[in-house]
Amino acid sequence: MRTEFRLSGSGGQGLLLAGIVLAEAAILEGKNAVQTQSYGPEARGGASKAEVVVSEDDIDYPKAIDPDFLLALTAEAYRTYGKLMGKGLVIVDASVPESSEVSARTVRVPILSTAADELGKKVVANIVALGVLGRVSGAVDLPTLETAVKNRVPKGTEDLNLKALRRGWEIAAAAAS
Amino acid sequence: MPKTVKLMQGNEACTVGALAAGLEFYAGYPITPSTEIAELCAEELPKVGGSFIQMEDEIASAAAIIGASLTGKKAMTATSGPGFSLMQELLGYASLCEVPVVFVNVQRVGPSTGMPTSPAQGDVMQARWGTHGDHPVVVLSPGNVKECFELTVRAFNLSERYRVPAVVLMDEVIGHMREKVELPDASELVIENRPAPKSRVGYKPYEADVDGGVPPMAPFGEGYRWHVTGLFHDETGFPSNKPEVADRLMRRLAAKIDRHETEIRDYVTESLDDCEVAVVSFGSSAMSALSAVRKARAAGVKAGMLRLRTIWPFPHDEVLELSKRVKAIVVPEMNLGQVALEVERASRCSAKVVRVSKVNGELFRPEEIFTAIMEAAK
Repeated sequence: MRTEFRLSGSGGQGLLLAGIVLAEAAILEGKNAVQTQSYGPEARGGASKAEVVVSEDDIDYPKAIDPDFLLALTAEAYRTYGKLMGKGLVIVDASVPESSEVSARTVRVPILSTAADELGKKVVANIVALGVLGRVSGAVDLPTLETAVKNRVPKGTEDLNLKALRRGWEIAAAAAS
Repeated sequence: MPKTVKLMQGNEACTVGALAAGLEFYAGYPITPSTEIAELCAEELPKVGGSFIQMEDEIASAAAIIGASLTGKKAMTATSGPGFSLMQELLGYASLCEVPVVFVNVQRVGPSTGMPTSPAQGDVMQARWGTHGDHPVVVLSPGNVKECFELTVRAFNLSERYRVPAVVLMDEVIGHMREKVELPDASELVIENRPAPKSRVGYKPYEADVDGGVPPMAPFGEGYRWHVTGLFHDETGFPSNKPEVADRLMRRLAAKIDRHETEIRDYVTESLDDCEVAVVSFGSSAMSALSAVRKARAAGVKAGMLRLRTIWPFPHDEVLELSKRVKAIVVPEMNLGQVALEVERASRCSAKVVRVSKVNGELFRPEEIFTAIMEAAK
């Protein structure tokens, strides 16, 4: 079965890295994974989108067609990609205002504030989001995600990032219930 | 040793392939969406005793790799459309002077600065005919991350074997996509090197039979005397305006590729045996096309695909054979029909050729190609 993820927000939020870690976690579990991206010419700011396709089978088309999960961390990303959603679930940051244009099933999760206020580092919002995505999708297990995070994040930041991942995993449960 | 299975980016796989093929010198001017190749070469080449140099522009970059190759080093540059345009002069120089070099072009939307971060396949004809004059060149097109590795190795091998410039024609999707890959062990690879001269005495750098022969190439700095010029030259390398010398040189250069087309041509097929609608595609378009072909099969249409791994030389014989037994050939590509032109020429009107073009900076959705296949099957 093919599971499609779209991670959207603004450039510099680290969504590309989150997508890479998600794909690497899937591979650690013996699945196939493809990660693609699209972004504007800006180094920071501007719309940014990473996509991950996970499957037990061979993956021909590498991009998301009808995402099973959309993560949106900005209002712009929520409106732009939210309204394209069909069967899938939208996971939007709690700070993003609701939009009448988005009709897909939606959960609101305090990803940005968990990173900035609770963990004191807004740069780990991507890893908090990864924890949320992992739990909500059921695509990968927490221990695998932990390994994948440790393999990718800069040396010396492992503890902070693992904490962020686990907090994401926890707040996802609260949001889903 | 167990093979490493890892998530790898196309640009990364291309670089790893180049290193496996024996890359020792990289010169370039970073440009999206090829920049990761320069970054990785800067990191990795010093570790293996090689050199990385960031030049002032793409013209200088192309000149630098030609110079490095003349000293016996395997050399490469990577760029995108705007830079590839600037490199054309030197690509022609490498063709005429028979200097093995590899150009990687990770295509983005053009012409001009275009759309820097968006995929396109608009440089198909430029890769073949971008420099002036008839000239030999080989153009390879990877269709996934693993092939970025494999075809970069092959580009070096063909470049060395025939003393021609080789182009690895990628696109933004292929270059930036990350996939699960298992790369072959270095011991499993066949690495070729340019033919070497036997003796300094009487060495002629451009002496070979006219029937597709490749002259032995001596590295500069080892005592061989030879002359390199972009003027037409005789077998010693010195300029000549004699008609018979010019004719012989031009025909020999072309024959290096023409006489070896069958061993250079490379493609993969999917469900072609019984097919009624054939798709000819390449690069990232072929990923969408493969999905569309499978969907069409599931919908009861006998669809198949010929995916080009070498675009130049083009598999004319195969396309002609195919065109005689199918209803239509659908050619999806992210340009306005450059490969379709060649398919039309090769098929000699035996089958209807349907162009499916995408030029908005986005990859095809499989449905777009599926619709064209279903329409062609009617």
